Amino acid sequence: MCTPMNVPTVAFACLLSIGLSGGSAWSQTLRIALSAEPTAVDPHYHNVTPNNALATHLFSSLVEQDEKQRLQPALAKTWENDGRNRWTFKLRQGVSFSNGAPFTADDVIFTFCRLQRNETKVTASFGRVTANFASVTAVDDHTLAIETLQPEPLLPNYLSDIAILSASIVPHGKITYDLGRECGVTGPWPVVGNFNDGTAAVGTGPYKLKSYVHGSAIDLERNPTYWGEAEPWAAVQLLPVTSTGPRFAGLLAGDYDVIENPAARDLGRIRNDKRFSYIVTPSARAIILQLDVGREKSPAVKAADGRNPLQDVRVRKALSLAIDRDTIIKRLMDGSAEAAYQFMPVGMFGTLPNPAKLTYDPAASRKLLAEAGYPNGFQITVATTNNRYVNDSQIVQAVAQYWAQIGVKTEVDAMPSTIYFPRRAKREFSVALAGFGSTSGETSQFLRVWAATPDEALAIGSANYGGYSSEVFDRLIREAIVTFDDDKRSQLLQKATVTLLDDMAFVPLHFESSIWAFKADLAVTGRTDQFTQAMSVKPKK
Amino acid sequence: MATYILQRLLQSAGVMLAVSVAVFFSVYGIGDPIELLVPPQAGAAERLELIQRLGLDQPAWQQYLTFMGNALHGDLGRSFAHGVPAVGLILSRLPATMELVLLALSLAVLVGVPLGLFAGLDPHGKPARLILACTVVGYSLPNFWKGMMLILLFSVLLGWLPTAERGETVTVLGIRTSLFTADGLRHLVLPALNLAIPNVALVIRLVATGTTDLMTQEFVKYARAKGVRPRRIVGRHVLRNILIPVVTVVGIEFGSLVAFSTVTETVFAWPGMGKLLIQSIYQLDRPVVVAYVMLATFLFISVNLLVDILYAALDPRVKLTGGAA
Repeated sequence: MCTPMNVPTVAFACLLSIGLSGGSAWSQTLRIALSAEPTAVDPHYHNVTPNNALATHLFSSLVEQDEKQRLQPALAKTWENDGRNRWTFKLRQGVSFSNGAPFTADDVIFTFCRLQRNETKVTASFGRVTANFASVTAVDDHTLAIETLQPEPLLPNYLSDIAILSASIVPHGKITYDLGRECGVTGPWPVVGNFNDGTAAVGTGPYKLKSYVHGSAIDLERNPTYWGEAEPWAAVQLLPVTSTGPRFAGLLAGDYDVIENPAARDLGRIRNDKRFSYIVTPSARAIILQLDVGREKSPAVKAADGRNPLQDVRVRKALSLAIDRDTIIKRLMDGSAEAAYQFMPVGMFGTLPNPAKLTYDPAASRKLLAEAGYPNGFQITVATTNNRYVNDSQIVQAVAQYWAQIGVKTEVDAMPSTIYFPRRAKREFSVALAGFGSTSGETSQFLRVWAATPDEALAIGSANYGGYSSEVFDRLIREAIVTFDDDKRSQLLQKATVTLLDDMAFVPLHFESSIWAFKADLAVTGRTDQFTQAMSVKPKK
Repeated sequence: MATYILQRLLQSAGVMLAVSVAVFFSVYGIGDPIELLVPPQAGAAERLELIQRLGLDQPAWQQYLTFMGNALHGDLGRSFAHGVPAVGLILSRLPATMELVLLALSLAVLVGVPLGLFAGLDPHGKPARLILACTVVGYSLPNFWKGMMLILLFSVLLGWLPTAERGETVTVLGIRTSLFTADGLRHLVLPALNLAIPNVALVIRLVATGTTDLMTQEFVKYARAKGVRPRRIVGRHVLRNILIPVVTVVGIEFGSLVAFSTVTETVFAWPGMGKLLIQSIYQLDRPVVVAYVMLATFLFISVNLLVDILYAALDPRVKLTGGAA
């Protein structure tokens, strides 16, 4: 293009064009390198962080979670509940989809129907909310009434995960929430491919889809009809660069404006570099040791008396006391984590405002072990993934060394998550490293899924691989999940948290922090749900 | 010749069958993809629904028979992770890998053959020893390290070339390629170089040893004694004889680069087939892994057949007959 025919003028023109294109590209297109690739554009396909984060660019939900996972009005301006099962949502007026169709209550009803008629989905997790609906009616174009089967105080939280589609993507008659007559839809229900090729990717989000290619860039452009404040970027490219080193090198070379999840050890390289900046945000992902307390014999424990020492609460407390959380965070995590003294970070709904510090006290730990009848310790194996959480296997190695210091001979069994998760589900471990990030923005999600005694009808206890079962705890959590009064629910959840900490069947270690590194002329807001969003990136004023 | 090709094709079908069994059951043996797909908060009913929809509730042999039945109808299954047909997913990645490999192998031949000839004609000279020393380094450095060094040097320190990703693409004959845009070529340089370096080294060594060896052969001595010009001896007699091992090696390398450029594609975030394979293995996405290996096997078989046919064209002594296979 810039061949030197008339050297001075062409050279000048070239310089100018490079300067201009460079400058305008910078202020127009935002390039973000992702550490994990979204598997589909369909927002109801698979409930995982990369997919959900992509969906927030293209679609809005009735209620949104802000960067601290607090609920904010979005397509619904207000909502109220009659103290039992009836909810009324007042919808925002004057909103239109990226194809020009106006947004009404019909679109919401269509979306709820599609969640039940979603043939290509990986998991039904999005449909779980609507499975609890007795009826959904459009009182008028912008008022929606929902009647649930079971009381669900967290309905607005759960609806914040549901991206609202446009009914205009399918041929339909009058839309009603009646699955018997296919809700009034006359054509085939949209499948994942319709979203990936863009035909069904019609939303009310701040961006619209330009192109999506598996394994390659996802191109977005600003949605001029977005109902909220217009975004500063005319176009956004989301690029999957799954290896940490190349992703960081791309930032240094100026190829990317923002990268997610740089390695904490690499941050030293840009700490004193004026061209770059980074942000470390504590996330709601807790790293926890789950102890096998439910069985008399546990597969990976060997004690002199032949019993399972983990069933003794003194042993469990001793194991927690033996771990120096601060040192693990400082040395292993390079400071990019926060010590966990409960199961969700302070500030999240239902957490303790001032949890007691889980101190490091090997002397007290040894004393407790001796009291429990194990002055000489026992043998145990801790299982961990080695590719799922930040430094997962190193964390467990550190724990093993701490436990060895109190006389518990600890071995580490580290494996890739492909092998780990199926084995954990079969309860082959005695101590398992677990990571859990709350998507609802409430501590109840962790408590009910991991610690409650399993009950399929109530959808609780599905991840209780350690077999923990406490009557006191179960009573509290079962009451909490159907209590509408916020103060009362919060108190119940706090009591449940205290009970769980007293029993120490789950040993909280820390909350992972999410890191974003970016060019210095940008301002980035970190999110506790670990979503990487173009909407969190603004030019620095 | 026709019977020979037919016989080879029959053998190939057997190989494909064996490969399908081996891969299917080894991926089956690694673990259960359900736990990777279903979040911990999912209930048992939800889990069961997915297990049934993916057919994972059947015994392994039955799953295999279903798979083979569908495969005979040209359907190698749907990706567990992406929900789209596995073959389509793999083939959509093929152009990106293909352009990378073609560029890398062209480099290998265009640089490797002349340098190898040069080194082989005067194996004890200083330049030859330097070239051969470089090939040892080029061949033995690990691929990922070399990739990172290329990025560090050309992208981070010098800022000449982009670090990763495919550049701008245009559609030529229905295929999206980056070979015809300036931006696309800029993005191609580093990953292609990274793939090319060990192959350049390989070709140089191959050609150099071959040349040295041939130069002492009777027919070369005879030609020289007859007064044939050195240029003609090299061009007409030596080069032609050397091309046979080069074609073999380049053929094999072509197959393995197309199928398994996983390291380079991962380091350079190149949206090719190798990166897809690695991701699919991590996710236990069995339909993609099995379809991938089947396609790769098919590719190897075809390339080998092509190489054999090329032999016959290059060396009149080679005859493609049924019995000799």
